[in-house]
Amino acid sequence: MITDVLSWFCLVSGGLLGVVGGIGMHRFPDFYSRLHAAGTTDTLCAALFLLGLGLQAGLSLASAKLALIFVFLFFTSPTASHSVANAALHGGLKPLQDEHNKGDA
Amino acid sequence: MKSVSLFILSCLLWLLLSGHFEVLMLALGLASVILTVFLSLRMNIVDHESYPINLTFKVLRFFIFLWREIILANIDVVVRILKPGKTISPRLANVPLPQKTDLGRVIYANAITLTPGTVSVQLDKETVAVHALAQETVDDLQTGRMAKMVPEEQKDIGK
Repeated sequence: MITDVLSWFCLVSGGLLGVVGGIGMHRFPDFYSRLHAAGTTDTLCAALFLLGLGLQAGLSLASAKLALIFVFLFFTSPTASHSVANAALHGGLKPLQDEHNKGDA
Repeated sequence: MKSVSLFILSCLLWLLLSGHFEVLMLALGLASVILTVFLSLRMNIVDHESYPINLTFKVLRFFIFLWREIILANIDVVVRILKPGKTISPRLANVPLPQKTDLGRVIYANAITLTPGTVSVQLDKETVAVHALAQETVDDLQTGRMAKMVPEEQKDIGK
């Protein structure tokens, strides 16, 4: 019962985070800031989903595999984000910046 | 030492992924694990960088710290997304990289990217270019609070 409530809490809040990340991707002005919005779905949303599913699965091989997925995601997703941002910068896409701090970047 | 722990970890991984416990399957799994360890030893890739088992405890401490940061940063970004009006002022900034080994630098850059609101864009020997949603997150990075937590071996063990 308690694990059910916990796992549903994780799944629902993970889903909400995904929706918020989507809203952010539409609201934010340029590529780089949209990357930050995608970052919320990347990290906490995915982790909450996996945690919720793991709680549903209980202590079994399935939850161990979910934990492995979590570990791989944890290592690969920042690398992917970094290479996307790096490629954009190399491609000459200038990040949108506020007027008052254009000088110091 | 490292090959022994690699062997044990590979066995555990195989058991977790297969879920088979028959004698034939176990024997085949054991054979594949032995082959894998043998090949990695032959290829000389079981070193301090590809397999930093000596950092395990520091890494665990760092993960707990990092997850706290990730949750806080997520809340911050969610608030910025949902609040009406202009809530972000994106900027590029250079943050110093105090780490001495390549592994430490990569861990730090990945940690920066993992916390929403900051993405490491370009990595040099001494600085990392960070794209951030707001000045506060950059200020927080500049204090070096996170950089101090990054697990790293002592330089003299390395090259």
